[in-house]
Amino acid sequence: MTSKSKWLSAPYLLWAVVFIIIPLGMIFYYGLTDKTGAFTLDNIIAITTAGHAKALRVSLLLSLISTLVCFLLAYPLAMLLAQMNTRRHNFIILVFILPMWMNFLLRTLAWQTLLEKNGVINHVLSFFHLPALKIINTPAAIVLGMVYNFLPFMILPLYNALSKIDKNVINAAYDLGAGYVYTFIRIILPLSVPGIISGITMVFIPALTTFVISSLLGGGKLLLIGDVIEQEFTRTSNWHLGSGLSMVLMIFIVINMILSAIFDKDGEGSML
Amino acid sequence: MNKELIQLIDISKSFDGQMVLDELNLSIHENEFVTLLGPSGCGKTTTLRILGGFANPDKGHVIFDGQDITNIPPNKRLLNTVFQKYALFTHMTIAENIAFGLKIKKKSKSYIDDKIRYALKLVNLEGYGNRMPDSLSGGQQQRIAIARAIVNEPKVLLLDEPLGALDLKLRQEMQYELIRMKNELGITFVYVTHDQEEALTMSDTIVVMNQGYIQQIGSPESIYNEPENAFVADFIGDSNIIPATMIEDKLVSILGTRFACVDTGFGRNKPVDVVIRPEDVILVEPSEGIIQGIVTHLIFKGVHYEMEVQACGFEWLVHSTTLFPVGKEVGIKVDPFNIQIMNKPESEDEEAVAIDI
Amino acid sequence: MKSAAKKIYIALIVLFLYAPIGTLMVLSFNESKTRAKWGGFTFKWYVSLFQNEEILRALFNTLLIALFSSLAATVIGTVACIAMMAMKHRTKSVIMGITNIPMLNADIVTGISLMLLYISLGIKFGFGTILLSHITFNIPYVILSVMPRMRQLNHSTYEAALDLGASPLNAFFKVMFPDLLPGILSGFLMAFTMSLDDFIITHFTKGVGVDTLSTKIYTEIKKGIKPEMYALSALIFMTVLLLLVLINLTPDKQEKDRNKKEKS
Repeated sequence: MTSKSKWLSAPYLLWAVVFIIIPLGMIFYYGLTDKTGAFTLDNIIAITTAGHAKALRVSLLLSLISTLVCFLLAYPLAMLLAQMNTRRHNFIILVFILPMWMNFLLRTLAWQTLLEKNGVINHVLSFFHLPALKIINTPAAIVLGMVYNFLPFMILPLYNALSKIDKNVINAAYDLGAGYVYTFIRIILPLSVPGIISGITMVFIPALTTFVISSLLGGGKLLLIGDVIEQEFTRTSNWHLGSGLSMVLMIFIVINMILSAIFDKDGEGSML
Repeated sequence: MNKELIQLIDISKSFDGQMVLDELNLSIHENEFVTLLGPSGCGKTTTLRILGGFANPDKGHVIFDGQDITNIPPNKRLLNTVFQKYALFTHMTIAENIAFGLKIKKKSKSYIDDKIRYALKLVNLEGYGNRMPDSLSGGQQQRIAIARAIVNEPKVLLLDEPLGALDLKLRQEMQYELIRMKNELGITFVYVTHDQEEALTMSDTIVVMNQGYIQQIGSPESIYNEPENAFVADFIGDSNIIPATMIEDKLVSILGTRFACVDTGFGRNKPVDVVIRPEDVILVEPSEGIIQGIVTHLIFKGVHYEMEVQACGFEWLVHSTTLFPVGKEVGIKVDPFNIQIMNKPESEDEEAVAIDI
Repeated sequence: MKSAAKKIYIALIVLFLYAPIGTLMVLSFNESKTRAKWGGFTFKWYVSLFQNEEILRALFNTLLIALFSSLAATVIGTVACIAMMAMKHRTKSVIMGITNIPMLNADIVTGISLMLLYISLGIKFGFGTILLSHITFNIPYVILSVMPRMRQLNHSTYEAALDLGASPLNAFFKVMFPDLLPGILSGFLMAFTMSLDDFIITHFTKGVGVDTLSTKIYTEIKKGIKPEMYALSALIFMTVLLLLVLINLTPDKQEKDRNKKEKS
């Protein structure tokens, strides 16, 4: 490789500056000024008003629950998948990416049909004489929507991290006298940390900031922080307030970035 | 010979319908250095995995110290394994790696510390306890893998191609290290490799395997000097394998010329194969030889010259410290005790075993 | 017994992920216009789909944006990966850090930041702004999937090609490119998928009158979704499924070679 080839990065660097760095700067500019262009912190302090604070609290709670549920569902699954033949690697990844080819809004909407009082799931439940599921238009339905939409983003990094663990490392633990549980806690879990961190990031941030799932499955009763910001931009057109609230969100994003920089140095927890 | 420690009885194993081991029987003695040697796919690693408990045989029994351990899981066996590519726990320090098995056995802190110090000393890596595995070279990681296994005081150490990832020089050094460690520990080593030189250097007993069958069991000397079939002869070192006819006891016809030999009991006028090691082919003046030929190739190898001699329609491989230039007419002589007679493979099954490396 | 439980668990998760898709497929054959009840089997939505110009235009926009944005991202991303190989470790990790921003950032933040950019630059919202935005969030997917391949690459082969008289460009396309291709392809596919599925960023960067399927569906949700949408999604999904099955039925030679190696 010649040193000349470094210049090949120029198009991308230019692109990154114009479309990644500068736009983020714009959010900071709008967030820290008022309509006259004067410096203010009001847009950020606005998060403490009752309505906004509640939206943030609810968003944090629901996205934390969703992330936890995703993790608990995905970890055993990823372990099972990692035990499968490596030749199936691409097929396994495809199975979890394929649903994305059906539009995300439609898929979420389909859950309405499935969850409704007279929906498919309740028909099945009543057939088995089980009590009906009444979660549509409740926070539980929002959590379900989040889990549904973001589960693949938890499964894939975990699967990737777990399938990279050398089988002999696990065998070595057994060989040295460790039982299954001990091996899991001392060997498998710590070695999959990059995947765990990456999975948590990939689920928590979208769940925290989503603005459609709540209106589709929550019946519009609960306002999430994403809904609030979206409305500031598309309805009330108060970009300054919207930017200020986005900066609050970015605090959580930055925390996540730092975490993944620490625990996932080599990108081992990446999705592919 | 010490007492028998491990017996493998009628072990069969297949993967995806493909037979890997076929009714294998093998005894391993206390304090023995046994090497399973063979080309890849011969079943040597599977045999080791069955010993370690990482694979279950389809059929047969594993007896350890008089007890049937066929269905005992690896964490309950008194064996420890040194894995291919070491399989160190990369998220733990060297000391934590070594202490892993001892902590499970709930040993006291001072006992564990002593053991770590002892093990690091044994593998010549004193003071490395707080380093991470990634910061060590391949040879050092290898030695840590051994230390981690031996602190548990296993009766048997299983080693799966432990030197495969090291370069030649380091490999040779580690061979001496392993012999020293084995003598110091006084335990049984079961060693898997495809490197015949490694096997010859370190072992008390070599088990040559191919395609799921044991081809020959014996000391390094007997395996090298008296290979029982063409596969073993060809796999261990260089050799001239020549079709021949056993005329009577102690007389064999090689390429139409009669040679005296020392083997008996093959019958009369029976087709056989003979093995003659290249260093046992003696080149002399044409008049002094039993047969005559022409030197066709010559390479200087350091300790000796390697030559090819065309004689009686056969290309003889010869190692000699005396140089005979290309084109020179030479005589060939072989001492009777250096001619090793082997039965020709009888069944098709045995035929399949031959020479496929 | 234990392995049965494992299979059931995998099956349940897959069912969970595919249940809504099955539902939509069933709905696409539903005679009744409401989702709540089954009015009998019909193909009429599939017929009327091809007469609905609005939906077809949205589909056309979606596919065009997905194709162009993933192509552009693939070229820019791959070239950037090549350039990064020649860089010092520090510079490389700074660039990878920037690359990670759109991946880790919330879509809503990326969306509004780009919206603010276009406004202040005075760019007219429309097809172009959507395309630029999609290229932006697609590049990281390409880089993250090409980079690992790049690291595995044996650089001697490139130098060998130069040594044998190939020009640098020639050496790249003849020697390095084939090795990178699987990474480039999966990056392209990932980018295409992400572009197709994106709603949030498109929502903030689209102009009036230009719609992709996502934004079209979003507006329809409020008025009531036309069943033609279900028909269209079912068609897209089935097409992709069919393509994947076809691709998987003819495993490429490389795969076979790799399998052979694994066995021995």
